[in-house]
Amino acid sequence: MLSPYSGTALYRNARIVDPSRGIDEIGTVFIADGKIVAAGASALNQGAPEGASVHDCTGKTIVPGLVDMRVFIGEPGGEHRETIASASAAAAAGGVTSLVMMPDTAPVIDDVALVEFVLRTARETAKTRIFPAAAITKGLKGHEMTEIGILLDAGAVLFTDGRETIANAAVMRNAMRYAKDFGATIAHETQDADLSAGGVMNEGLFASWLGFSGIPREAELLPLERDLRLAALTGANYHAAKISTAMSAQVIRAAKDNGLSVSAGVSINHLSLNENDIGEYRTFFKLSPPLRHEDDRLAMVGALKDGTIDVIVSSHDPQDVDTKRLPFSESADGAVGLETLLSAGLRLVHNGDLSLSRLIEAMSTTPAKLLGIEAGTLAPGAPADFAVIDLEFPWVLDAETLHSKSKNTAFDEARFSGRVMQTVVAGNPVYGA
Amino acid sequence: MSDEPAFPVFPHRHLLGMAGLSYPDIQTLLDRADADVDVSRQREKKKSVLRGRTQINLFFEASTRTQSSFELAGKRLGADVMNMSVASSSVKKGETLIDTAMTLNAMRPDILIIRHAAAGAAALLARKVGCSVINAGDGAHEHPTQALLDALTIRRAKGRLDGLTVAICGDVLHSRVARSNIILLNTMGARVRVVGPSTLMPASIEQMGVEAFTTMKEGLKDADVVMMLRLQRERMAQALVPSVREYFRHYGLDAAKLALAKPDALVMHPGPMNRGVEIASEIADGPQSVIEEQVEMGVAVRMAVIEALLDARKNENEAA
Repeated sequence: MLSPYSGTALYRNARIVDPSRGIDEIGTVFIADGKIVAAGASALNQGAPEGASVHDCTGKTIVPGLVDMRVFIGEPGGEHRETIASASAAAAAGGVTSLVMMPDTAPVIDDVALVEFVLRTARETAKTRIFPAAAITKGLKGHEMTEIGILLDAGAVLFTDGRETIANAAVMRNAMRYAKDFGATIAHETQDADLSAGGVMNEGLFASWLGFSGIPREAELLPLERDLRLAALTGANYHAAKISTAMSAQVIRAAKDNGLSVSAGVSINHLSLNENDIGEYRTFFKLSPPLRHEDDRLAMVGALKDGTIDVIVSSHDPQDVDTKRLPFSESADGAVGLETLLSAGLRLVHNGDLSLSRLIEAMSTTPAKLLGIEAGTLAPGAPADFAVIDLEFPWVLDAETLHSKSKNTAFDEARFSGRVMQTVVAGNPVYGA
Repeated sequence: MSDEPAFPVFPHRHLLGMAGLSYPDIQTLLDRADADVDVSRQREKKKSVLRGRTQINLFFEASTRTQSSFELAGKRLGADVMNMSVASSSVKKGETLIDTAMTLNAMRPDILIIRHAAAGAAALLARKVGCSVINAGDGAHEHPTQALLDALTIRRAKGRLDGLTVAICGDVLHSRVARSNIILLNTMGARVRVVGPSTLMPASIEQMGVEAFTTMKEGLKDADVVMMLRLQRERMAQALVPSVREYFRHYGLDAAKLALAKPDALVMHPGPMNRGVEIASEIADGPQSVIEEQVEMGVAVRMAVIEALLDARKNENEAA
């Protein structure tokens, strides 16, 4: 990452949306030495600084840089799919200024040396802030706990077994108890391995016609319900990383109502797409959890609106031809998403499902708070990390133009209204003019 | 000019499944197949319409019956037929299906027949090659030529398909034969029932255009056709059914159960049969069984499909 921009700059005449302070107004973002001096209608009350570089942002919107809590990267071990550098270029193009990298690498990020490797590589090659998540269990195998205390000290911001679900309830209980002592958060993607065995897409009529055994919604629900019981038992901070069904949202809601320290995330894919998008065996729509029925998608939107779901993630998961150009059942799960996260989210704003402020809260302010990192706000003193957006900019995605090394997008040739025009990290423009 | 009767042009480039085929499409294929039955019954069983054409049978799953049926069909039409079996191919060396397809495509075949364990494999192949593709079974998705040969067998025995009640019995969950038959029979106006334990039924089966039954007693009542499906032994290990003897007692076709159907009901099986598992020997070999006819119709139907696809391409080339 570049060192903070040492000068002073003004981004004037922008619509400024900062959910951390409940602001949505026309004004100026005033930055100096890589930090926010002031942002809003009254940012220049003390007068404009001399010698500042001035950017006219008339017609544009400025939001805190997005914070993506769930990004899979291929470095180390799968650099042909994605490196930390290429992921950060994709992030910059998508207005994502901070991302949490999943520990599903080879080797797995379950040791302090790996955390240090990620942070060092990020410092040397990345345009954006990269925060490593560390594994809950060694090798993501679900048995032995990692050194949560040492990993936290080294810079891990979250503990998760990535794509893996911890099957053993005792291991999960102990990890929660132990993590709580250190104030660490456990994030878990739940899918019962037996109940989903052999399944490659959502269970239902469509899967039946295609000749697939399905993954029932209960495969996500059963381990999630178990986890919520354990969260009640241990008092741990628990984050349901990627829910996809109405039933999951229901039990999260109940846990929150009972006062548990529980939060939930949803991928932009599950807010935007449903199982019918798979069409004739299109592997770029093979995701985990699988794309569900339209009713579930609507339930995800509703749960986001009412606060049951706290954060939206890209679940960026680069896969190459070697893992995707295969028959559907044999191909890997996952789609890239960093560069389309905001534009796909804006669809929900344009069609009236969400306010812009709620969208940015779920994509920036809340994840920053859950992670305890300095991000997600334009408050004075915060790092000058933000995105300049043209909310109406019409464009069509051409997968070949993606910055990510892998082009497995679920939005190829999709039409969007709204795009990131410029991304700024620590005062430095890292994308756009 | 040939002395062949003229059939309507088959308006599809490939035969990947029964889904998407119309009533007239199916009629055309069955009419063509009827004519090809006569060819197969002559002493001189060969036509020369496909002389100089190349057919490649690409079988990723072993299937002696289907593969030899396709081979014979191609040869009776005069085509050069090449069998590519998986054991001797580079698939086991990690080459992907698409790489294999590209390699074969470069050999410029006129028609590719594919069987693969993955649903959608035939569709994937069809997108990557220039020639026509026939799906000879892809996972639990479709097996269109089996449905066509079943329909031909029924039509020749009963004179029609519309209005008949056809009971498809057994492991519908894992059966591509069942899916293709459900689609074809519905398109042709038959009433389709499925019969089997819930553990062997696909999710949302009741929305698939069938009446679903869990007992043979209800499911076979007054049926015109009883179509049995093969039960793989591995279903016991998967805890889908407890044992062979329990399965045979409740779902195996024996004389007592067959008596529930119409007295002239046809008994069918796509083969290979597990005698004593899904069907009793006396029924398989009994007077109501048309299982051997199914095999004969298989060659005719495959001749018809190959010819129909290549005919349609010929028109396309002439138009171009």
